[in-house]
Amino acid sequence: MTEWLERHIPKMVLAPSFIAILVFVYGFIAWTAWVSLTRSKLLPKYEIKGFIQYDRLFDSPRWDTAMGNLFIFGTLFIVTSMVLGLLLAILLDQKVRTEGVLRTIYLYPMALSMIVTGTAWKWIMNPGLGIENMVRGWGFENFSFDWVINPDRAIYAVVIAGVWQASGFVMALFLAGLRSVDGEIIKAAQVDGIPSYRIYSAIIIPSMAPIFLSAFIVLAHLAIKSFDLVIALTGGGPGYATDLPATYMYAMAFSRGDIGQAASSAMVMMAVVFAIIVPYLYSELRVKKHD
Amino acid sequence: MKTTVFTAVSAIALTLAAPAVAEPQAEVLHWWTSGGEAKSVAVLQKEFADNGGTWTDMPVAGGGGDAAMTALRARVLSGNAPTAVQLKGPAIQEWYEEGVLADISAVAEAEGWADVLPASIAGHMKCDGNWCAAPVNVHRVDWIWANAEVLAANGIEMPNSWDEFNAAADKLAAAGITPLAHGGQAWQDATVFEAVALGILGADGFQKAFVDLDMETLKSDGMVAVFDQMRKMRGYVDDNFSGRDWNLATAMVMNGEAGFQIMGDWAKGEFLAAGKVPGDDFLCASVPGDGFLYNVDSFAMFDVKGDDKQAGQALLAELIVGKNFQEVFNLNKGSIPARVDVALDAFDSCAHLSAKDMTDSADNGSLLPSYAHGMALRGAQSGAITDVVTAHFNSDMSSAEAVQMLANAVQNSL
Repeated sequence: MTEWLERHIPKMVLAPSFIAILVFVYGFIAWTAWVSLTRSKLLPKYEIKGFIQYDRLFDSPRWDTAMGNLFIFGTLFIVTSMVLGLLLAILLDQKVRTEGVLRTIYLYPMALSMIVTGTAWKWIMNPGLGIENMVRGWGFENFSFDWVINPDRAIYAVVIAGVWQASGFVMALFLAGLRSVDGEIIKAAQVDGIPSYRIYSAIIIPSMAPIFLSAFIVLAHLAIKSFDLVIALTGGGPGYATDLPATYMYAMAFSRGDIGQAASSAMVMMAVVFAIIVPYLYSELRVKKHD
Repeated sequence: MKTTVFTAVSAIALTLAAPAVAEPQAEVLHWWTSGGEAKSVAVLQKEFADNGGTWTDMPVAGGGGDAAMTALRARVLSGNAPTAVQLKGPAIQEWYEEGVLADISAVAEAEGWADVLPASIAGHMKCDGNWCAAPVNVHRVDWIWANAEVLAANGIEMPNSWDEFNAAADKLAAAGITPLAHGGQAWQDATVFEAVALGILGADGFQKAFVDLDMETLKSDGMVAVFDQMRKMRGYVDDNFSGRDWNLATAMVMNGEAGFQIMGDWAKGEFLAAGKVPGDDFLCASVPGDGFLYNVDSFAMFDVKGDDKQAGQALLAELIVGKNFQEVFNLNKGSIPARVDVALDAFDSCAHLSAKDMTDSADNGSLLPSYAHGMALRGAQSGAITDVVTAHFNSDMSSAEAVQMLANAVQNSL
């Protein structure tokens, strides 16, 4: 009896959460996939009508803008956060005296909610209140920084706010990575008289590959599900110039009573996430096998 | 043991007793939570209580009603709809098609609603010929507000045509005053757009374009002219307009920083709250062109079970359209009563103008639903139009391009 219990208790303990995940994650993914094939408007309907919602989705210029923005925002947000984060981590790694304080300062933005970040940067970048107004006040009458209200630039303003929020967190990740590199190797390299930029580029950074991957995955999913930042910073505007897939889906589902359309956009978003996550999982699982 | 039996018996007794009394019950879902609005709802609440009813308030703030609609969807799907829900325009018909609205024709006929409501507004309150909603007020959307002092100082009259408006705006711009106070939010862009469209296309063209979604009209030269005027309007807005809330734009007119604002009559509430006097400090007029765009708030009545709830529903419907509530509520809200037989003595001159225009336009067929405020079209279609309007307003897209995009977007949303 005890033996039987020993064998089965772990399964029994895990079962509720397993069932919950099965229903609330995979079940609802299946539900959304179903609804995306119907003509659901205000309330979900279950009569399958084919791929009409996807046709509508790909015909919609607003969706094109949203996907284009996701690409611009995602790329710039991930690359800039990683570069800045790495740079800050390397600078902090130089045995600075107040490292603890500095690390907290840089990490602190991550403790704010995106809504706060968005609202603060909305004011900072508002031409009439923020930087532009301040610099003009100093006497540079021609200074202009109107990204947040310029439809062609507004998405870059979102990138600035996002990077400000995330780069400190990336820095902390990288700092931990830098510290985990074997000190003996570094000392050996120093004894050999190798300049420190070479130590970083040839020894330390290559040995941090797993950290890069983790940082990339964290940032990528932040970028794809990014919603509150845009809502707070620009409200998707000017016009719909800073719409992202998540805000598009929200508008369709909750403002316009077009649930079928929202479901199809959610499915496409999920496909994008899979395109990133699946290769990652694949590489992770493959590595395990070799062990 | 004894106590449990006793509790059980008394619980049964209570449930049995309730239908016998049939005290009117109403659960009301709405999103009137800001100062003046909350005060207006309290009026209805008090009247309901005075008539022996029990009111369960269910205010859901946020997102211009989006949050409330989400709550409503959950309630309806779980088979437990509220008694009455703040809904308007085609949304009423959309919910009716889901088969969840009640028929309140008995109350409507007893109270003679058909005789006191303008026909086109009454049309929104009927589902397949039966009354299913009660109108609360009429907001006029196509208003143009102006700072009287600024206009006088620059020798400008209230414009009667868009050419006059453009001339006046150029004059103001030359004097260093922002001609048009505007906030760059999609619904505000749409509000200006439909005012311009009404002026340029006329009542007939507006009806065809934004109610019937007639492709010919949507692609017509008239529509190109509407977008041309929108491009001009963009030039009359200050650089800092993006994302500004409408009440801040109203404040710009109040302070004399801007000359005009095109906005519904909720803007009047801002002027009045700041102690400004209509006619002296600020001017109100309908935008150039004939017609009246209305935005009617209403309560849709949902199918509820139980005598007490149905009694509450009937009482609520009766009170909402009752003269007293229509007067008191609209004095608070800045709109005018939906029924035409309410004495307007307590209302200001702008409301008098609004009421007169409503009656006149109802007679000549130019009393039209506002598309920008969800009265004319369903969410998917009006949203598609607004996307184009705001994309055009916020870029350097040509008018011809915008018209083409408009036609495609409408086609795609059907």
